[in-house]
Amino acid sequence: MALIHIWISLVGLVVILYVMLDGFTLGVGLLFPGAKDEEERNLMMNTIAPVWDANQTWIVFGGGALFAVFPLIYTVLFSALYIPLLTFLFGLIFRGVAFEFRATSSRKVQWNRAFFWGSLVATFAQGLTLGAYISGIRTVNNRFAGGAFDWLSPFSVTVGAALIAGYILLGSTYLIIKTEGEIQRRAYRQATWAAWIVAGFMLLVSAWTPSVDPAIVERWFSHPRIQFIWFFPVMGSAAFLFLLVSLKRRYEVYPFLASLSLCLSAYLGLEAAIYPMAIPPHMTIYEAAAQTEAMIFTLWGVGIVLPVVLGYTIYSYSVFRGKVTAEEGYH
Amino acid sequence: MDVVTLSRIQFGLTTAFHILFPTLTIGLAIFLVVIEFLWLKTRKEIYYRMYRFWVRIFAINFGVGVVSGITLEFQFGTNFALFSEAVANVIAPLMAYEGMTAFFLEAGFLGIMLFGWNRVSPTIHFFSTCMVAAGASLSAFWIMAANAWMHTPAGFELVDGRFMVTSYWDAIFNPAFPTHLAHMLMASYETSAFAVAGISAWYLLKGEKVPFFRRSLALALIMAAVCAPLQVLIGDLRGLNVAEYQPAKLAAMEAHWETNPEGRGADFVAFAIPDMEEEKNHFEVVIPELLSLLITHSADGQIKGLKEFPRDERPNALVLFWTFRAMVAVGFLYLLVMLWALVLFLKKRLYDTPAFLKTLIVIQPLGFIATIMGWITSEMGRQPWTVYGLMRTADSASPIAAGNVVWSLTLFVLFFGLIGASFFYYIFKTLKKGPDMDSEIPPVQLLAGMEPFGEAQESMEVK
Repeated sequence: MALIHIWISLVGLVVILYVMLDGFTLGVGLLFPGAKDEEERNLMMNTIAPVWDANQTWIVFGGGALFAVFPLIYTVLFSALYIPLLTFLFGLIFRGVAFEFRATSSRKVQWNRAFFWGSLVATFAQGLTLGAYISGIRTVNNRFAGGAFDWLSPFSVTVGAALIAGYILLGSTYLIIKTEGEIQRRAYRQATWAAWIVAGFMLLVSAWTPSVDPAIVERWFSHPRIQFIWFFPVMGSAAFLFLLVSLKRRYEVYPFLASLSLCLSAYLGLEAAIYPMAIPPHMTIYEAAAQTEAMIFTLWGVGIVLPVVLGYTIYSYSVFRGKVTAEEGYH
Repeated sequence: MDVVTLSRIQFGLTTAFHILFPTLTIGLAIFLVVIEFLWLKTRKEIYYRMYRFWVRIFAINFGVGVVSGITLEFQFGTNFALFSEAVANVIAPLMAYEGMTAFFLEAGFLGIMLFGWNRVSPTIHFFSTCMVAAGASLSAFWIMAANAWMHTPAGFELVDGRFMVTSYWDAIFNPAFPTHLAHMLMASYETSAFAVAGISAWYLLKGEKVPFFRRSLALALIMAAVCAPLQVLIGDLRGLNVAEYQPAKLAAMEAHWETNPEGRGADFVAFAIPDMEEEKNHFEVVIPELLSLLITHSADGQIKGLKEFPRDERPNALVLFWTFRAMVAVGFLYLLVMLWALVLFLKKRLYDTPAFLKTLIVIQPLGFIATIMGWITSEMGRQPWTVYGLMRTADSASPIAAGNVVWSLTLFVLFFGLIGASFFYYIFKTLKKGPDMDSEIPPVQLLAGMEPFGEAQESMEVK
């Protein structure tokens, strides 16, 4: 039992790490059309080139970990969300190859497009996946028993759009840290309007979610959740206000931190609505969990290896800290 | 077509496409470790330039490998949900470990390796290269363990159709694993060595950047000289393992239909068109009793024929017979070429024998082809099972409509076609541009007592 709780927290941690890290990476891709010329695009690309692969690896590990410790989430979710998940991968493929292909190419325009559209498709498909997951998946005997397009609904499309706005916010606030001059000025503007849109979407989705699955309200307002559930909207509002202020005062690091907090508040609020469901509306994490031995064996790895991973990830970020300059060319 | 068939085609195609890239990544990473070690040790600028040139090929290759690989991890769930549900407890943790110990290592240090030139010391840079190389080979360790388990499952008990683990040690170090892993790693090292050799030979034939590519060719040939004989040896061990644990696969690979009678060795089929319906070979050419000698190392050892197995438990002999032979042919061809290289080396004519250099160029892609042929032999030889002898492929697919897979398979073919074509275009472009000999070396990378390229060149001419 304790093992299951440790693991659901760890999986939750991996997912949010992915969302935050690849969120700003994809966000830079979403902002690509806003760049004026190739030089600006080179610079924007250079802000994420050394880290994008490591960021993306969190979803690879997330998939593997889910498969290992909550195999039924993995099998049911992945067959139910076949189309959005593979669409997500197709997006990642074009986003990923664009880095090296663009750097080698003399006609960069096609890979600029691949980079933007790859990021856009990946982000939107992620949102569709999330929206469909919240809406619930039809299962019989813990196996997917729905249709190919069950994931498609006004709600999931809205979540998809919300995620685009969210990643634009993360991307633009990240660019504020890494760049200066014209790109940075533009990023401040982009972050400001993205902040308002994100706030709007968060209100909309929060208001809409209970009607998608009434059980969510029940869980939200049940004991003991009722005692801390208020914290997430408060945290979100504080983060939003702090974001606006820090953007206005032209702080460089705070807007990014505020955006991460905003993102975190939404995520925690959502988690509080779903837990202890593995797959809404019926399958709990206790049903979805793997054999105890599998959870223990994998936990050893996480306990020993993951701190090391976090260590060198932080080291890598510190190697590439500071503003990206134009002369710092591609390898 | 049904979901099972479509999913198999999709998984097969995407795996075949994907495996080309890690094959080169794993080998080229070791090659880069060696070059950078030589750069730090000898302080000859030529090694720095070599690293900067080959790492560009590495980077382009790595990018495609990463993005095509993720699709495989997802397809276990999207396309083979029932298989995944049944085996998750045993093999899914191995994939989680692959992510933790291998993918993060590669991705975390790749940034420094590619972009860290102005920011880290030469030692840290070398360390990063080593970590990327370690990550690449470790990734093979875990994924080959999971794959080998599907061939020779161990360390589990079956409870209500689910594989419950009893020992991860036994599951990982299952009978097929050691030879399976060694065979794949060696294939990567050997294929990469011949890839570097072929590219270097091309430049030498053109007479461009001769000292640079002589040095590259020399290193590649040393690597190939070690790998080529070893791979033949490992391949033999792999075959013996298949004979012991997957006799039906062996019989199909050798188009061996009837069990040889007592006291008489099984014939080796050198050429045939195996016919699954009629259970026999057309246009058969055999070498008497050789198969027993090869597999049992005795002239009359018994080898089960394919007919001993029920029809619905036989892998396709027509495919396996030929993919296996294609792979083995490349292995021996590479060995022969290395013998030729040895003769030329003793005559001190390694770099200026055009016929040899031309051969290196022509045979360069064969390693990749052999790798794919080997994988087809291995995986189609596992059929009709996903877990050998225990779970059928037919019972492994996801409960989804076939239309899903038609859609994704079409897009995979389109997108991978496009990306594969772009990959070759940009690799050729990079090769055509050639190594950069003059750009400034970042100040932090300058080593005390560095021997500039000019001198290195002269000292090579003297040799």
